[in-house]
Amino acid sequence: MDFNDTAVEAAYREQVRGWLADNAAEYREPPATPWKLDEFIRRSKAWQAKKHAAGYTGITWPKAMGGQGLTPMHSIIYGQEEGRYHAPSGLYSIGLGMCIPTVFTHGNSEVIQRYVPKALLGEEVWCQLFSEPAAGSDLAGIRTKAVKDGDDWIIDGQKVWTSFAHASDFGIVVCRTDPSVPKHKGLTMFIVDMKAPGMEVRGIKQMSGGSDFNEVFFTGVRVKDTHRLGAVGDGWKVALTTLMHERLAVGGKPRHAPGYETLMKLARGVEAPAGGPAIEAGDVRQRIAQSYINDQGIKLTQMRALSALSKGQIPGPEQSIAKVVVAKTMQDMASFALDLAGGDGFVSGDAADPEIAKLQGSYLGAAGLRIAGGTDEILRNIIAERVLGLPGDLRPDKDKPFNASAAA
Amino acid sequence: MNFDFSDDAKALGEQARKLFADKAGTTAARAAMAKDATDFDAALWAEIAGLGWTAARVPEAHGGLGLSAEETCQLAEAAGAHLAVVPLVSVLLATEALILAGSEAQQAKWLPGIADGSIIAVVATNEPGAVNPVALSVKAADGKLHGVKSPVADLPGAHLAIVAAAGADGPSLWLVDLKDARVEAVETLDLVRRHGKLTLNGVAAEPLGDGAAYQAWLDRAAVILAYEAIGTASSAMTMTVEYAKTRVAFGQTIGRYQGVKHKCADMFIKIELARAHALHGVAMIGSDGGELRQAAAAARVASLDAVSFCAEEAVQLHGGIGFTWESDCQFYYRRARALAATIGARGWWADRLVRALELRNRAAA
Repeated sequence: MDFNDTAVEAAYREQVRGWLADNAAEYREPPATPWKLDEFIRRSKAWQAKKHAAGYTGITWPKAMGGQGLTPMHSIIYGQEEGRYHAPSGLYSIGLGMCIPTVFTHGNSEVIQRYVPKALLGEEVWCQLFSEPAAGSDLAGIRTKAVKDGDDWIIDGQKVWTSFAHASDFGIVVCRTDPSVPKHKGLTMFIVDMKAPGMEVRGIKQMSGGSDFNEVFFTGVRVKDTHRLGAVGDGWKVALTTLMHERLAVGGKPRHAPGYETLMKLARGVEAPAGGPAIEAGDVRQRIAQSYINDQGIKLTQMRALSALSKGQIPGPEQSIAKVVVAKTMQDMASFALDLAGGDGFVSGDAADPEIAKLQGSYLGAAGLRIAGGTDEILRNIIAERVLGLPGDLRPDKDKPFNASAAA
Repeated sequence: MNFDFSDDAKALGEQARKLFADKAGTTAARAAMAKDATDFDAALWAEIAGLGWTAARVPEAHGGLGLSAEETCQLAEAAGAHLAVVPLVSVLLATEALILAGSEAQQAKWLPGIADGSIIAVVATNEPGAVNPVALSVKAADGKLHGVKSPVADLPGAHLAIVAAAGADGPSLWLVDLKDARVEAVETLDLVRRHGKLTLNGVAAEPLGDGAAYQAWLDRAAVILAYEAIGTASSAMTMTVEYAKTRVAFGQTIGRYQGVKHKCADMFIKIELARAHALHGVAMIGSDGGELRQAAAAARVASLDAVSFCAEEAVQLHGGIGFTWESDCQFYYRRARALAATIGARGWWADRLVRALELRNRAAA
């Protein structure tokens, strides 16, 4: 048993390291002040083009789609090495991670040729238009409708929680095309131009204070039938392709989120409620141990998955525990640490200690992470049903026409 | 990256699970519960020895197969899963101590008998009223031990005890030939596994390695016992999931209710976290990697959390039937306490984990 690369993996890592050393030097340190949106987009596009020219985009994609035709391990190794730098990341993660694989799996040759190369090159940015105000966990309950009009479809409705909608050129949108059949059966997926007449994007301000998402309004937006992905009524199946990629993407602890080390550091500097250094208090040490077990347990679980991938096998079902553990552990650890800091843990803004500010950010952000990409509750359902084989929840609306169910 | 058991170790685990599924399990456990307190399943033990399981970890020079800790952990998980009424885990723990700390003469004296199954060796760390396996009341002086070890798993009928005792240089392990010692059966919450009390009134003992060897053995023991606990936890989960698929309430199987299925999902989550750390531990034993102490402590804590949670929620999700004497739930519920009471309490190991992290931080600074 070992944590080493195979010879092939080691050679690829060496090659990637060399390339990054030559090309990512300006990103060795984080930016002194965070980039504004337009600079972030400009840098993201330049970086993507550079990577593309060197063959580090679409690493696992088929060569026919402009990819490299390599294994998931190659992609993971590239990600690990790029992760040592602070290059702009995130702008393409949804588009290239989820949308475009859906386009080249379900689109016709015309749209594939039109959209895939420019997306890979980073010239065009993509977003995913799935969630709605009344359809979160129950995604198949969406109401945005698309109605056939000659060779076109006309879309009306509202999407929400769309990352980078304001920076996107195109999106994939799932719409209800037939409300008279049960909810999973009346959906269809389309490619939509984010600049088309009738599209309106508004930022959402989150409880954490950030604005990472948008709501998107559709008013009589016209889409060509050639821009349909999959058959009419097959939108749910198509969406599952996309979401499969999302579950892989929303996994471990966010790279710079505080973990057990932060709690240890804080506990060395503050006094325990019963007196003495907090780091010597039994309850504090128990919490440090618990944080380590959860944080490191997920990292090690992911290494089990990498080992399977490295051998060309499919990772085991244990991967499904990652997000449900990570998000709640972040929240629990942050609230415990902030309480330990007393009044200082509560003071925010310029007066706050930078380490405390990070913990506050983690505490606020964790509340969103427990919901994004599958709530804790939905993820437990998935573990129980798909891993343990327990029966699905009772769904009274499952077989009823959508327009006859309580939601419509 | 190759963070997984070898195919050979997995194959041995598979063989063990098959044999135990056939010849151990809860029916055998129930039969054992009714029997005399010094019995274990001698026929099954002979079969195990014949298959080479007790020889697996013993070096070839001493009549064994010279296999790795991976094989030991696979066997421990299988034994834990099927509550096997044999002293296998005790013998595996003792074997680990002998190969880690034994002199050539000590290994030559004891390991061949362990390998062929004729010597039952156990480990005695527990003391009445103690939760800390390095603050010991049993003292070693002039090659003799004084004090009481209890409860000691699989002690009745055993031939050799590896005893943790405080000598002039602090806590370490000692070999005690049990023909010279006073052994009494002790009743514990675990009605299946035999436990005993070892009274040491100046009994002759040989030192087995030094204090550092004892610490290193504690780490290895924590990993092996974590696999036993993971096996037991997994069986409690499987039994509960199967019940939830068939038991009907309010017109549907109870496994459809989120109140039930989310607890089953939490069982899985806790078991997989424990597995991740336990596997880290095995990898570190195999490579003498620097992270064994933290991996072992995390495996110990996470596996105890998993087995307690699974055993407790197994009774709960079975409802009234789970609380009856006839239900098999009680075996896991009781065994969870036996596992928690060996080699030091959960809280001591959680503290040991943090101490290991502090040491690592100081080394890095």
